[in-house]
Amino acid sequence: MFRRLSDHASSEVTFTFDGLPVTASAGDSVAAALLAAGVRACRTTPVSGAPRGPYCMMGVCFECLVRIDGMDNCQGCLVTVQEGMKVESQRGSPTLATEPAQ
Amino acid sequence: MTEGILRRERGIADLADEYDVIVVGAGPAGLSAATTLAEAKARTLLVDENQTPGGQIYRAVTLAQPVDRQRLGEEYWRGRIIAEDFLRSAAEYAPAASAWSIQPLQNEVGRTIGHEVGLSSNGMARLIRARQVVLATGALERPFPIPGWTLPGVMTAGAAQIALKTSTLVPSGKVVIAGTGPLLYLLAAQLIEAGATVSAVLDTTPRENWLRAFRHAPGFLVSPYLAKGLRLLGTVQRRTRVIRWVSALAAEGEGGLREVTWRTDGREHRMPADLLLLHQGVVPNVNFSNAAGCAHEWDKTQLTFRPRVDEWSASSVVGLSLAGDGTGIGGAEAAAIQGRIAGLGCASQLGLIAPAERDRSAVPLRNSLARAMRGRRFLDELYRPGKAFRVPQDSDTIVCRCEEISVGQIRASVNAGAGGPNQMKVFLRCGMGPCQGRLCGLTVTELIADERSRHPSEIGYYRLRFPIKPLKLRELAALPQTETAKVAVLADLADTHHSADLNERKPQ
Repeated sequence: MFRRLSDHASSEVTFTFDGLPVTASAGDSVAAALLAAGVRACRTTPVSGAPRGPYCMMGVCFECLVRIDGMDNCQGCLVTVQEGMKVESQRGSPTLATEPAQ
Repeated sequence: MTEGILRRERGIADLADEYDVIVVGAGPAGLSAATTLAEAKARTLLVDENQTPGGQIYRAVTLAQPVDRQRLGEEYWRGRIIAEDFLRSAAEYAPAASAWSIQPLQNEVGRTIGHEVGLSSNGMARLIRARQVVLATGALERPFPIPGWTLPGVMTAGAAQIALKTSTLVPSGKVVIAGTGPLLYLLAAQLIEAGATVSAVLDTTPRENWLRAFRHAPGFLVSPYLAKGLRLLGTVQRRTRVIRWVSALAAEGEGGLREVTWRTDGREHRMPADLLLLHQGVVPNVNFSNAAGCAHEWDKTQLTFRPRVDEWSASSVVGLSLAGDGTGIGGAEAAAIQGRIAGLGCASQLGLIAPAERDRSAVPLRNSLARAMRGRRFLDELYRPGKAFRVPQDSDTIVCRCEEISVGQIRASVNAGAGGPNQMKVFLRCGMGPCQGRLCGLTVTELIADERSRHPSEIGYYRLRFPIKPLKLRELAALPQTETAKVAVLADLADTHHSADLNERKPQ
């Protein structure tokens, strides 16, 4: 649904989405990187389990919530993708787990 | 210059405990306000959610390359000047940080002497004090509740523009753009110029708007909007199909968008689509000003609530100013000027400039503002979204995306006694998901007004509560035990037990 123009000089970053490697451009938000990789839905809703994907890309709609490095409920459009980041789709209600040590 | 920028860019752990002014939002209004205040020697902090200055309109402008200038246009490129002026100023800058609360600080006799602002970034929260606060939280796209608007593959047109500005992504496959508003054709033209193949632009502008707008044509004819609008329209019409007078727009598909359907010329039409981009104008993002207790009023031209501000952009709350599109839609150029005026007002409040100097400095700004606002009324009237697109007719259409509440449920709840938006929260949890009503608030107000045959101004808006952005318990628990922290924690309890909202009367 999106393709990347190749006229910007930018270095590559590799992260995983649901265990599969994804290549992004440095500076991409997680949500933009997923769209560029052809991912339309990144979570299911806690109410009905319906699939949802990024909608506003500016931090107001909360549709692009994903689990990043073990932390649920991260707004994918506001987090810059990092090398080696582990991104997972969020299924329904997030689980209340111990957050990773800082 | 880079060294200077790095020196003033702060993680929130490095911020001082107190500033003269905190400005929230790094769009044209916030940047200009912060620059003006720093020039007046105010100790200024600018807090913003994005990684780089510019807000949404000038998103990623400091990273833009010459190829973007052609693609996104001269008006976007001009945002660099505003951002660079700010970066050269002495103001401190906390990017990638959310502001989630504001609480007045009072002296022993109960006079407000400043505010405490709750900030968080990267898993850490702080409460920072300031004598003056400027909120420049900008606009967001008006809710566009059509059947199927929650399907993956349906996004806002603004979202596609952000993907283009920040990551040089262009829509591919079968792309349909639908809606109304001055930005619709700008976005369509930008995406087409960038290489997107757009199957169609479905224009939902109602026919009768042309008649209403015509009265305001003189202002429009002498504004720069005219030439720009015609140029954009030309580009779009040459490169794709523009279908006008569209009604009954819907997105269809199982698990994701497959087709777009609509009515025009009395017939139903459908078109396969991989991506549907929706846009029907922008409205002030009032979550912060509403939660701060600022007085708001219904704008009957722009069909939205807007906070009331005086000639210096001061709100009804002492020490709190509001500038830019967050106070009513005027566009980027107007927002930058309003930011300067708000900056002068605050600098004068802080005793850094005399009232006479403030007034003198504001004269050319007010003249520029009047020029920038010319033609706006025509655009507001022409691109007023039709009622069926604001008050969805189909009862299964989702209104509250977070809690998945439909039109039918809201209408039924009105008839069961939920007379206002806050009662709708109690009945349905409507507006209580993570977006905190940003994507449903106006629809809920207008739906209730419609069902009760009342005016939206009588129905009111959600009473929003801090924190206005989700906060982790760990961040909250680590805060010192101040009034702000207590208010943030107790807000939900207060919401449940406090029902003295005059706007909410049961149906007669």
